[in-house]
Amino acid sequence: MSRLTLDRLGKRYGDAMAADSVSLDIPQGEMVVLLGPSGCGKTTTLRMVAGFVTPTSGDVLLDGRSILRLPPHRREMGLVFQNYALFPHLSVARNVAFGLEMRGTPRPEREAQVQRMLELARLEALAERLPRALSGGQQQRVALVRALAIQPRVLLLDEPLSNLDAALRAEVGRDIRLLQREAGLTTVMVTHDQDEAMAMADRLVLMRDGRVQQTGTQEDLYERPANPFVAGFIGRSTVLRGTLHATMHGGDVFATGGGTLLLAGRYAADGACTVALRPERLRLAPPGEAGPGSAAGTVELASYLGAVREHLVRLGPELRLVVRDPTAGNTRLHAPGDAVAVRWDAGAERVFDAADAQLPFLHPEPIAPDTLGTRMTSDA
Amino acid sequence: MPDSLAIGDQPLDARPRGGSAAVVERGGRVVAAALACCGAAVVVVPLLLTLYLSAFDESLIVFPPRGYTLRWYTGILPEFGGALRTSAITAVTATAISLMAGVPAGIGLARHRFRGREAIAMLLLAPLTVPGIAIGLGIFVLAVMIEERTGLALSGTVGLMAAAHVLVTLPWVVRLSLAALANHDMATEEAAASLGASPLRVIWRVTLPAMRGGIVAGALFSFIWSFENLDMTLFLTAPGVTTLPIAVLGYLQYHIDPLVAALAVAQIVLVGAALILLDRIVPVARAVAR
Repeated sequence: MSRLTLDRLGKRYGDAMAADSVSLDIPQGEMVVLLGPSGCGKTTTLRMVAGFVTPTSGDVLLDGRSILRLPPHRREMGLVFQNYALFPHLSVARNVAFGLEMRGTPRPEREAQVQRMLELARLEALAERLPRALSGGQQQRVALVRALAIQPRVLLLDEPLSNLDAALRAEVGRDIRLLQREAGLTTVMVTHDQDEAMAMADRLVLMRDGRVQQTGTQEDLYERPANPFVAGFIGRSTVLRGTLHATMHGGDVFATGGGTLLLAGRYAADGACTVALRPERLRLAPPGEAGPGSAAGTVELASYLGAVREHLVRLGPELRLVVRDPTAGNTRLHAPGDAVAVRWDAGAERVFDAADAQLPFLHPEPIAPDTLGTRMTSDA
Repeated sequence: MPDSLAIGDQPLDARPRGGSAAVVERGGRVVAAALACCGAAVVVVPLLLTLYLSAFDESLIVFPPRGYTLRWYTGILPEFGGALRTSAITAVTATAISLMAGVPAGIGLARHRFRGREAIAMLLLAPLTVPGIAIGLGIFVLAVMIEERTGLALSGTVGLMAAAHVLVTLPWVVRLSLAALANHDMATEEAAASLGASPLRVIWRVTLPAMRGGIVAGALFSFIWSFENLDMTLFLTAPGVTTLPIAVLGYLQYHIDPLVAALAVAQIVLVGAALILLDRIVPVARAVAR
């Protein structure tokens, strides 16, 4: 089976780098998801692996051997497209048989394999239908087993769920994951949808402007974002740029947008910084509550979303925080205009220096109650 | 007015307006049906009249006829057999050349953006803008000039006629091929490649089947245009090498009898049958590219 390696892969269009030095090592059977906003280079990267785009630098290796010189039809890669790309003039069974016909597989073997594939996709009853008579989910399942039928060395999925509605997306996504895992296929998937990426991937690669921002597991990217972009993209953190002031006691003070936050930790820096806060790790507290990891503000918007409540809290003229807390907790939905305190722990905040490198969290020194009181008074 | 909602000045009471709207709608339907009948009559009446005339037992077209006969139909082949054969060979040749050059040209123009693409597209369409009689005369003069220099016999050959017809049929095939590819999903070609199809097999198995409608239309159009062309061909025939429309024209100069009507009916029936057959069953895409 196969190990796919991307070695400083790059594609230049004129002055623009569509993909810049993308390196990635995918062991046999792993599913890697390339994630990022549109134009980040993820599709270009996938197409370079498939052979439809010729890289301007770097290499693509399969089991240590460069495949750059191979044309697409000799790379043995199964491809699944966003718009299914089934052959409209061929029946479902003929679509699935296509790759085997190209390989000259003998008829009995071919038919047996097609039958197996149709069973995998639960499409036996539709074998003789034309693609246009199928629903989107069925079409994508045909496309998937058509790619699997040739027992490809690598499976490439280009936004495979984007044309499906939400319910089908989950179902087809599960199908893809199960079949991929069962076949032990080395897989690269491209998507712009982070929920899809989080649900499907063994490992994520977050890209922006042609460059890899961070590679790692879901937990790596969520808990240890490499830069503010990663923090903002994964989990939709609130990202604030401002100034950090070291304090004697408690957490650092962070000033931005006409308001201040008292951070949960201390950071070995002073001056321009970026702070990312996870909305689902913030909570609302009665006004006046203070200490490390706190800010005072007013509720501007409040929505009950079923699993969570979402509050938009205004902390200053240009400073707002989204707070998302589970409805299972013993909190309540506030009304716009309510004065509240926002509280959080170390796990909710990530601080990056001016060069966007994450700063280590240092535990705040305990604050004596009288010191806190003094400071509150002196602030007022 | 509390119990009558109004939008602007018009009360929202639908009954009187609905009544007049219904009248207008019914009237409109009647007018549409009448127009459709007129249109159908314009198409069908001359055909029926031709069919009627073709059975007159008269050697001049006189109304009412003395009686009816089918003998004119037996006269078609002796009188027009040679011309029919010339026309058929010319039309088949012109169609085959147009498809073999026009379909690949369409694929190339649709797929690639290259320098000179616009110029080629313009050049391919140019013959459509020149009157057929002018092209015919030009080709005749050119053929005679070449004959004088080289001694090759060109004028009055089926080959020259077919070549001339290609000037008009090729642009149509290219245009119809481009149109057929306008909705073609390029991803299907990439899917085929990823499944192991070499570029030629991609064209054969994916691109051409996707263009099937356009290719069939292009072939039909080429054949019929070439088969029926009069003006361009007028200068290109020679004694013994005459196409059907020109033979008919020649015949009509000396005879006005129902033979031409019988020929027309036979032609309508044959072309109609060919149209239906081609459109329904023949996998033209494969027949063509072979």
